[in-house]
Amino acid sequence: MYSVANDFVILNFMPMRSHLKPGDYLTLLAGALCAVLLTLKLWHGGVADTAVIRSGGKVFREVPLSRDQQIEVPGPLGTSIITIEKLRARISSDPSPRQYCVRQGWLQQAGEIAVCLPNQVSVELTGGAKKYDSLNY
Amino acid sequence: MTASTIKLTATSEDHHIARMAALALGLTVLENAIPSPLPGVKPGLANIITLIVLARFGWRAAAWVSLLRVVAGSLLFGNFLAPGFFLSLAGALLSLLVLAFARHLPARWFGAVTHSILAAFAHIAGQMTVVYLWLIPHSGIAYLIPIFATAALVFGTVNGIIAMKFMDEETTHHQDTETQRNAKP
Repeated sequence: MYSVANDFVILNFMPMRSHLKPGDYLTLLAGALCAVLLTLKLWHGGVADTAVIRSGGKVFREVPLSRDQQIEVPGPLGTSIITIEKLRARISSDPSPRQYCVRQGWLQQAGEIAVCLPNQVSVELTGGAKKYDSLNY
Repeated sequence: MTASTIKLTATSEDHHIARMAALALGLTVLENAIPSPLPGVKPGLANIITLIVLARFGWRAAAWVSLLRVVAGSLLFGNFLAPGFFLSLAGALLSLLVLAFARHLPARWFGAVTHSILAAFAHIAGQMTVVYLWLIPHSGIAYLIPIFATAALVFGTVNGIIAMKFMDEETTHHQDTETQRNAKP
C-alpha cells in the first residue's frame, strides 16, 4: 500500500547521512599515510653521490659527483662525453643517431639512468644510505 | 545408449551465491568498458558485492562470490590461466585473507569502508607480489607502487562507501517495513 511515509523514509537517507564509523576514518587516515609514505620513499631515490659509467656492459668508471668534470667514454660508434656538474650528471655528447640519452638531460636522483644503446654507454646515479633531510637533524 | 544424467542438487545458498557472483560479474564487465590510464588501475566495482555478501552472509559466501567472479570473469574475457587471471586471483586471495581477519574488528567502530580499504591494499599487495616474483622480477616496478597504493585508497574508500550506502538503505527499508507491520494492528 502506498503511503507518503515511504517516500519520506527514502528522502530521509538521501542527504549524505554519513555512516562512516570512527574506525573507518582511522583506516582512511592510516591508508592515506601509507600512500604518502610509499610515494615519498619510492619516488625520491635519495641523494645521489656517485655516477657509475658503463661501456659495453662493463663498468668503465665510478666517479663521485662532488667534483665537476668531463669524462670521455669510448664506444663502438665513437666517443660519448659525460659531464658532471653541481652534483648532477648528463651525457652531453654522443654519436648515437637519435640522441635519446643526450636529450634526457641532467640526472639528479639516485637510481636515474641514461642509456645510449647504439654506443653501449650508460650513466647511472647511485647513492649510499639515504641522507638526512630537513625533517631530521 | 543409455542417457546418463548427472544430478546436482543446489541449495538455496548456492543459488544465492550464484546470483551474487553473476551480479559481480556484471559489474566487472561494466568496469572493463571504463578506460584505465594504467593496466591494473581500475575501480574494482565487483568488490562492492563481495563487501555486502561479507557483511550479510559471512566470509565463506564472500570467498565463493569473489573467486567465482575471478574464474568466470576470466572465462568471459578469455584470459583464463593467462597472466591477468593469476593477477586477479592473487589479488582476490590476499584480499579474502585480510578480510577474514578484518571482519573480526569490532563492528561498532569499523564498517564496510575499513574492510574495503584493507582489501584494496591487500589486492595490490597480492598483485605486485605476483608481478615481482613471476612477471617482472625487477625492482623498477617499485616506482608503480605509489600509483597503485593511491588508487587502492581512493577506489577502496569509494567502493566501501557505496557498499555502506546500499546496506544502510537495506536496513532503513527493513526497519521501515517492520515498523509498519508492527504499527498495523
